[in-house]
Amino acid sequence: MKYGVAISSATEALFSNPMRSLLTMLGIIIGVASVMVMMSIGEGAKAAIEKQINSVGTNVLTLQPGNMNRGGRNQGGGSGRPFSESDVTAVADLPFVEAASGILSGQANAVSEEANWVTTIQGGSASFFQVNNWKVDEGREFTEQEAQGGAAVVVIGKTAATNLFPDGNVIGQRIRVNGVPVEVIGILESKGQGGGPGMGQDRDDTLVGPLSMVRNRITGGNRWVSRHVSRIQVLVQEGYDVAEAQDEATTVMRERRRIEPGQQDNFMVVNFADMIKQRAAVAETMSTLLAFTAAVSLIVGGVGVMNIMLVSVTERTREIGLRMAIGARGGDILLQFLFEAIALCTLGGLIGMAIGWVGVFGYAQISSAPMVVSPIIVATALGAAASVGLIFGFFPARRAAQLDPIQALRYD
Amino acid sequence: MTSTRPIISCRDLTRVYRMGDQEVRALDGVSLDIHEGEFVAIMGPSGSGKSSLMNLIGALDRPTSGEMWINGRALSEMNRDELADLRNETLGFVFQQFNLLARQDAFQNVRLPLRYARKDVGDIDARARACLEMVGLGTRMDHRPMQLSGGQQQRVAIARALSNYPKILLADEPTGALDSKTTVEIMHLMQELNKQGITVVVITHENEVAAYAKRQIHFLDGKIESDTAHPELQAANIQTLNGGRA
Repeated sequence: MKYGVAISSATEALFSNPMRSLLTMLGIIIGVASVMVMMSIGEGAKAAIEKQINSVGTNVLTLQPGNMNRGGRNQGGGSGRPFSESDVTAVADLPFVEAASGILSGQANAVSEEANWVTTIQGGSASFFQVNNWKVDEGREFTEQEAQGGAAVVVIGKTAATNLFPDGNVIGQRIRVNGVPVEVIGILESKGQGGGPGMGQDRDDTLVGPLSMVRNRITGGNRWVSRHVSRIQVLVQEGYDVAEAQDEATTVMRERRRIEPGQQDNFMVVNFADMIKQRAAVAETMSTLLAFTAAVSLIVGGVGVMNIMLVSVTERTREIGLRMAIGARGGDILLQFLFEAIALCTLGGLIGMAIGWVGVFGYAQISSAPMVVSPIIVATALGAAASVGLIFGFFPARRAAQLDPIQALRYD
Repeated sequence: MTSTRPIISCRDLTRVYRMGDQEVRALDGVSLDIHEGEFVAIMGPSGSGKSSLMNLIGALDRPTSGEMWINGRALSEMNRDELADLRNETLGFVFQQFNLLARQDAFQNVRLPLRYARKDVGDIDARARACLEMVGLGTRMDHRPMQLSGGQQQRVAIARALSNYPKILLADEPTGALDSKTTVEIMHLMQELNKQGITVVVITHENEVAAYAKRQIHFLDGKIESDTAHPELQAANIQTLNGGRA
């Protein structure tokens, strides 16, 4: 094959009628742009979900009180009888538990010298940080001793930190939480949008303090349950089947809450990573569907390219005859028109990618939806465009290559 | 000048076209030998089969029956690609309507056969330039066909036909679209090329053009009517032609 002459002839034809080339490319441009946007949305959703799973941890169980039915009316999530610290101890004693923490959460009105900030406060044991897979960025966690003694200290999330201390000087500062003075001893690393309890909320907008201090001095106790907690978070040992741990924790808790066999649980044992994965599967199906739709527009674009290539072959029949007369083989002609179709589609693909790129960033700006443009997406979009050229260019190119030299030469 | 082995050899060539229900015998049992270095004019009224013969000699078409050899090779045994290579390496075409690529300049047009060549053809650009200089267009290489006169366009076409060192130059009514002054120029150029050893076959219905050939073959109804060598006639005709014009 003579690639040089095929490529130069193809490019020349492409630019000899720029308007027509552009119109022909339009379908490909739209197709590639939409493939790119769809894939970026899909990839972005996948990345966000992965981040959420990592932030929750795959081997963490959360025990929450169930919904209370009072007079046939559902009182909403977490309205059931809360757990107590003895429940926490009972769960923590299970053989598969690596660490467990009872967590009590409530509203907090925080006041620093610089600002007011309404946020949430969570009380936990010293293992709060371990079970939540949450590290301290700056400063330190509170110790077991501080947790036991109910020290007036808090570790605060990134969002709370920036709002309370715009100056950035955080560690060692005193704030008042619901009127109670506490010392800030650390800043938590950022977790972003939560995938765990309170999904979709900003998990960095929180304060974390020792459980007893939070209950006794900030949120207050519960009328029916002493030493209550809002939920129990359990870190399951590495290698232990999480579903089995879920069953065992449920059995223990049913016993402790004296639930008769056949009666419904009045609590939930949730594996948030599982829930996220289920959501991820839905998102995956959705983005596959969207990508398929985009692919259809690429095919429609391809048909347009084929149509124009057939017109082009007919228009240039005499030229093809001449090329054959001076020694071009059928393969040379095939290559020339195939290159033209591929170049047309690849060029359209590049333009489509540029437009898609603008679309992706524009969409990310207005929707705050995470979007990812990876090299794989770029390669896929461009590869798809080139393949469309190859597939839909082949038939017209073969028709050109199979022309009879003398009939082509005498064609008018 | 004539060698013993014919460079073009045809035996019992027939070419039948089917037009609806009718069969047209464009060539009807033509046998012909053309030797290396000959300058042949093929003449005859339209429909006499001269163009059909040209298409067959040019390896652009295949005969309905009969056998032909170009440069010692039997065309019936060659596939499409081999025929393309034969056209590229052995034959040079000159057409009545020039058939230049409108979007390319003279230089690019002349380069084209060399770019399709599969054997080593050396420096393509240098060869294209040399061919254009040979036909007297060394200063117009970057002109597109539209910017050239008819005679100049036909010179570009001849340069293109020459570029890949052909053994045979096939010209189908090469002066049909040119005025008589330019006709003389083009035919002188062909004569010059023939003197350099290229076998020239010209199809024409003009006696003035045929007069440049050393041999004239007349066709009628798909058959050879006469096949005559005319070295002295040629000289006489050129005198009258020039005399009439002066």
